[in-house]
Amino acid sequence: MIDLSTDYLGLKLKNPLVPSASPLSRNLDTALRLEDAGAAALVMYSLFEEELQAEDAMMDRFLLHAGLGSCEAEDGFLPDHGEFRSSLDHYLTHLHQLKCRLEIPVVASLNGISPSGWVELGRELQQAGADALELNVYHVAAEMTEPGEAVEARYLSLLTELRRAVSVPIAMKLSPFFSSLPHFVKQLELAGANGVALFNRFYQPDIDLDKLYVVDRLHLSHPEEALLRIRWLSILHGRTSLTLAATGGVHSHEEAMKLLLVGADVVHLASCLLQHGAGRLTQILHAMEGWMAEREYASVAQLKGSMSQKNLSDPSAMARASYLRVLDSFSPRPGVWS
Amino acid sequence: MTSTLTIDGNEAVARVAYLGNEVIAIYPITPSSNMGEWADEWASQRRPNLWGAVPGVIEMQSEGGAAGALHGALTSGALATSFTASQGLLLFIPNLYKLAGELTPCVLHVAARAVATHALSIFGDHSDVMACRATGCAMLAANSPQEAQDFALIAQAATLAGRIPLIHFFDGFRTSHEVAKIAVLEPATLRAMIDDSQVAAHRARALSPEHPVLRGTSQNPDVFFQSRERANPFYDAFPQIVQDAMERFGELTGRRYRLFDYVGAADAERVIVLMGSGAETVHETVEHLLARGEKVGVLKVRLYRPFSAAALLAALPPSAKAVAVLDRCKEPGADGEPLYKDVVTALAQAAADGARAMPRVSGGRYGLASKEFTPGMVKAVFDELSLAAPKRQFTVGIHDDLTHLSLPWDAAFRTDAARQLQHAVFWGLGADGTVSANKNSIKIVGEATGLMAQGYFVYDSKKSGAVTVSHLRFGPAAIRSTYLVEAGMAGFVACHQPVFVERYDLLEHAAPDGVFLLNTPAPPGQAWDALPEKLRMQIRDKRLQLWVIDAYAVAAAAGMGRRINTIMQTCFFAIAGVLPKDAAIAAIKQAVDKTYGKKSRRLVELNYRAIDMTLAELHQVAIPAAASSGEQPEPAAAAAVGIPDFVRDLTLPIYQGKGDALPVSLLPADGTYPLGTAQYEKRNIALEIPVWDADLCTQCGKCVFVCPHTAIRARAFSAASVADAPPTFKHVAAKSKDFPAGTRVSYQVAAEDCTGCGDCVEACPIHDKSNVSRRAVNMAPIAPLRDQERDNLAYFLRLPEFDRSAIKHGTIPSAMLLDPLFEFSGACAGCGETPYIRLATQLFGDRMLIANATGCSSIYGGNLPSTPYTVNGAGRGPAWSNSLFEDNAEFGLGMRLAADQLMGYAQQLVRELAGEIGGDLAAALVDAGQREEAGLVEQRGRVAVLLRKLAASRHPRAQELASVAEWLIRRSVWIIGGDGWAYDIGYGGLDHVLALPYDVNILVLDTEVYSNTGGQTSKATPLGAVAKFAAGGKATAKKDLARLASNYGHAYVATVAYGAKDVQTLRVFHEAESYPGPSLIVAYSPCIAHGYDMLYNQRQQDMAVKSGHWPLFRFDPRLEATGGNPFKLDSAAPTQPIKAFMESETRFAMLARSHPEAAQRFLEQAQQDAERRFKAYRELAQKPADQSKPET
Repeated sequence: MIDLSTDYLGLKLKNPLVPSASPLSRNLDTALRLEDAGAAALVMYSLFEEELQAEDAMMDRFLLHAGLGSCEAEDGFLPDHGEFRSSLDHYLTHLHQLKCRLEIPVVASLNGISPSGWVELGRELQQAGADALELNVYHVAAEMTEPGEAVEARYLSLLTELRRAVSVPIAMKLSPFFSSLPHFVKQLELAGANGVALFNRFYQPDIDLDKLYVVDRLHLSHPEEALLRIRWLSILHGRTSLTLAATGGVHSHEEAMKLLLVGADVVHLASCLLQHGAGRLTQILHAMEGWMAEREYASVAQLKGSMSQKNLSDPSAMARASYLRVLDSFSPRPGVWS
Repeated sequence: MTSTLTIDGNEAVARVAYLGNEVIAIYPITPSSNMGEWADEWASQRRPNLWGAVPGVIEMQSEGGAAGALHGALTSGALATSFTASQGLLLFIPNLYKLAGELTPCVLHVAARAVATHALSIFGDHSDVMACRATGCAMLAANSPQEAQDFALIAQAATLAGRIPLIHFFDGFRTSHEVAKIAVLEPATLRAMIDDSQVAAHRARALSPEHPVLRGTSQNPDVFFQSRERANPFYDAFPQIVQDAMERFGELTGRRYRLFDYVGAADAERVIVLMGSGAETVHETVEHLLARGEKVGVLKVRLYRPFSAAALLAALPPSAKAVAVLDRCKEPGADGEPLYKDVVTALAQAAADGARAMPRVSGGRYGLASKEFTPGMVKAVFDELSLAAPKRQFTVGIHDDLTHLSLPWDAAFRTDAARQLQHAVFWGLGADGTVSANKNSIKIVGEATGLMAQGYFVYDSKKSGAVTVSHLRFGPAAIRSTYLVEAGMAGFVACHQPVFVERYDLLEHAAPDGVFLLNTPAPPGQAWDALPEKLRMQIRDKRLQLWVIDAYAVAAAAGMGRRINTIMQTCFFAIAGVLPKDAAIAAIKQAVDKTYGKKSRRLVELNYRAIDMTLAELHQVAIPAAASSGEQPEPAAAAAVGIPDFVRDLTLPIYQGKGDALPVSLLPADGTYPLGTAQYEKRNIALEIPVWDADLCTQCGKCVFVCPHTAIRARAFSAASVADAPPTFKHVAAKSKDFPAGTRVSYQVAAEDCTGCGDCVEACPIHDKSNVSRRAVNMAPIAPLRDQERDNLAYFLRLPEFDRSAIKHGTIPSAMLLDPLFEFSGACAGCGETPYIRLATQLFGDRMLIANATGCSSIYGGNLPSTPYTVNGAGRGPAWSNSLFEDNAEFGLGMRLAADQLMGYAQQLVRELAGEIGGDLAAALVDAGQREEAGLVEQRGRVAVLLRKLAASRHPRAQELASVAEWLIRRSVWIIGGDGWAYDIGYGGLDHVLALPYDVNILVLDTEVYSNTGGQTSKATPLGAVAKFAAGGKATAKKDLARLASNYGHAYVATVAYGAKDVQTLRVFHEAESYPGPSLIVAYSPCIAHGYDMLYNQRQQDMAVKSGHWPLFRFDPRLEATGGNPFKLDSAAPTQPIKAFMESETRFAMLARSHPEAAQRFLEQAQQDAERRFKAYRELAQKPADQSKPET
């Protein structure tokens, strides 16, 4: 019997497969199916700061202060629901329901960029039963006047503030765009984080060529995206006390195994579950077991990080991939160039 | 201890009605709609009634429907009620006779309102309830929110005891919308008042198959009369039953009422008799006069029907020598109004019997349609009664220079009671939250102190950029002042909008030594100098304190955007001295918690921050010493060059807020008004206006097409005609090859009429190739542009109209060069209805007859004094009328019938006079093809020739023909209204007109909700949308009106959404108008009620079509004649999920916050519905021509 268990954020998990923040956790039934399929924990969909702000603005303008000054619509057009409950309330209720029904740990996910209100919010999430918090600082550093240090300071101050407020573990979900990721991870460690999740996938704006509009489109991840994670997890493994999650690009047991080999404590799944359903998680789990059995691995603990940069005979392979060799190895299809 | 609430009259009544009933049938009508809204909201929250059940609340298709449902529920054993007013009450009347005839206990709560006569009015008087006095219903009048609550219960108790249905009424707006601190009735009091044995008796009388009876027989002359008399004992007993209920109520609550309550001197010589809110003003004035030894009194009529002469005589002091009976209604042609005649009869009978001396009785009319009724007016009535021969009939409150019935009054008269109150007046904009902040402040004072509090709010009749004036009073004793805060009385005046200092007489209300609070961007050191001289002088003369705050800056700094309500409220409490400052600030914070606490912690924090910042940013301004220079003359009125006399004498004074002073003789006698007066208003409400980039523009016309206020318009003209153009007037060569060389085109903005909605910019398809955010129209601050664009517009409008026959009417770039005959309406910024109306007037305006259903389109279309319909250079334009809400299709059909009849008669005369006028002309006049504009223009030419010939003719029938000759020109009849009319209240008529072959064009402006009455659900409301009366989300799908209409097969039917496909919209208008039978256009009309920024009006239309919510189709029966399929699908299969559309509008999105499971269910159902509907349409469109006719 292979021991698939792993530790993440101080939580003892039965295996390393953890569905990441996605709409799948919005529904209690799908959450239960993920648990039945073998998920070891569940990261809830993100509570977006912007969503709460937009909701406030909507409520303020169209519900609470919608009067036009016309005597026939003096209080606006929509009934003011005494029962109107904010997204936050719904989130807390849903978290509570998930905790009541699921046996696996539930990680609440916060997505925001400003410190306002997150401390109180963190407390409420903890109270509602969250086993851990994932803080996703979705910040596009687009200001010419904002130096890199300030970007890092933004993350650190949010973390510090949240750390003071809650006792549950905190994972920081990071973007790949840090000048010195290891150094920054170290800062997070010192500020009280319990883990990092690599990497956030920024949804890139697209352009509608007909209307010349900027449009937001959701693109699901591709397995190739796992490669970026492989490199950085490999570099971080063994150099930080933080537990490590790989997120983005895991579509089969192959990416999962690779990420574990370089040091991930857990691998997150979203796109492949959205595309193929909960059964895909079971398939990946079985395939992982098969792969490990074939190679006589006894446990995940045994293989975790075994191919991290620290453990490689040629550490530069991860730190500075031999891109010249890689580029040179590219052969165009016959007929393209000749 | 009695608990109190600070609420308005409607809510006070609704609370009792909800608790005491089981079925509530509702239909929206101002000012009673709020009662139904409360009931629906409470039912959606599953609040129980007195017996622990949740009342069934049902919205019907009309008041007639509500009355029927009410009757059915009552006769089947439920306790049932409804709420209505005005035209709605008139629709109840047939059932009121039934309810009374069958001795059915129920209470109908009425916010009494004027009935439409020469004009519609939403305001309060008794003309509606007086129309019901013959129905057999009892009538009970409440004078204040407190009484309205109390009488709602007394009425319920009495009707159950006495079996006579009861109309409980109170004055629309003045009582229904007055916010007041009232002692609230607890459920236990209701339980004690309502006798369950009487409820059981009511149920026992119910129709039941278990013990069946028959009700509603048809009776013959033998017994009908006797049957009517059989009910007499119930009426004889009823006054005492009501009095008993009042006494029981008095024992329970301490508030004692009588059928007729007298207040005044026991030996009063002069007495005023009246009912309704005005009685409280008389009461206040009587107390003032009593203190000065005058022998006066007031008799408040509570129970008007059954009219108890005995109770009246018992209450009226025998010493009364002169009595004035005031009626808040008018019965033209009668020798007195109803209450007057009832009182005269009672007194005359008593005098005839020798029971008392007959006083001299005068009848007066006052307060029609919420006309102010002040202590000064009351004093005038008492003064009149002091005369040896007071007028038998008089009016008070107006200046009647025609029939000289009006009494003069002293506008400066003030009562002792008024002087003991604290008054505050606030000037705000409709959307700036001033009213909601003030309602909040009243609640704070009412609930945090022992003070009594009153708030009344005066609104502009405009939908956008409306001005609100809040009138607040606070005092230690009951506030009986049922009139606005009077001049010189307000110890506190606040102006929440910096721009108002130039526009309004803000300090007319200010009391000497009072406080003036101004929101201004000027720093404290410069605020004084920034004020207009007149205001500075008023401040000095009245020795006012001036306080300033830059509320918009504080709001921005606090993260509140442009929301200034909390900030200005904080200022009020900080300096007005109504409450200790610290206690007041704590109370505001509590109120913030209450408003936002459960909904958004962030908003609580932002508001807290704003409150704290406000106190630091509020500054008193030192008034520089200077001698008072006395009255500043009014600035000379702008020279009224070229303005018609009517506009100068009547329209402009109304615009200037001086309508109350207009004498009777200046008003048209029959409600007929000239067109084109909206152009004189110049509202200047836009902060930014569109600026045309002539070089970038392709002259596509889309900006003109979408502009809701006709504030951007295009014209073509010859180069020679603009030789003298102002230097900033922009014009470029016409890009279309359809015009002669040298033709120029200009897109001109009406800067002072624009609302700044930005829809034109959003519609512009042109992007600067180097900067896509720059379009061919771009918004820019108005200040530096206003003067130049005013001149440019004047110049533009003076340009000669381009030959319409040289313009292609079928393409948007060209059609938008046609002059609009609908401009500058008072519709909301970004309105989705008005572009359709403007389009119709561009294409057909010079021949349109419009029947307009009551609703938004009748308000912005005909709200005095703004008439947005206007005329072309030849003086022709749309002739417009509004009959009612429910009858518009029939009204329009009548227009068609008249046009056809008179055309036929004129043709008959033409044939008869052919020898006189020439055979060729006669034949051409009769046979003219006028379907297209060219033919119509030719016919106009022929008619002109005809009239010349007739003028010279001595034929005995020549003048008869001349009188009907204009009917030889084809008229384009348009029947316009909203979805409330077309889908609900007027559907029967609409269906009937569609079933007939007459040539009418029906335009349904479908906002999917009753927009005008404030957002109640209609059968056009989509599944899952939240609306008033559907607080839990509309549970059924939208009625497919277009599909239903197409089932007739002979009617032209189309759906349009200009923001999605403007070309199709234009085509549909042409096809519908040219179709020689009934045409129906169902037009998707985005509305602020949908809950999104109207800047995105067109985007939402596009989403509605692309998601399948609003598929576009045309059904043209003409195509059948040529073997084609009449059904043409104009939109593609849905390419977007309906979820995206629904989530982008608050009306849907809010349900996910309040009822998430229902929201999800509706969403899934809506998606299925959209797919199924599109599939069905596609099948129709794909059918072979011979099978395409819908099954009927």
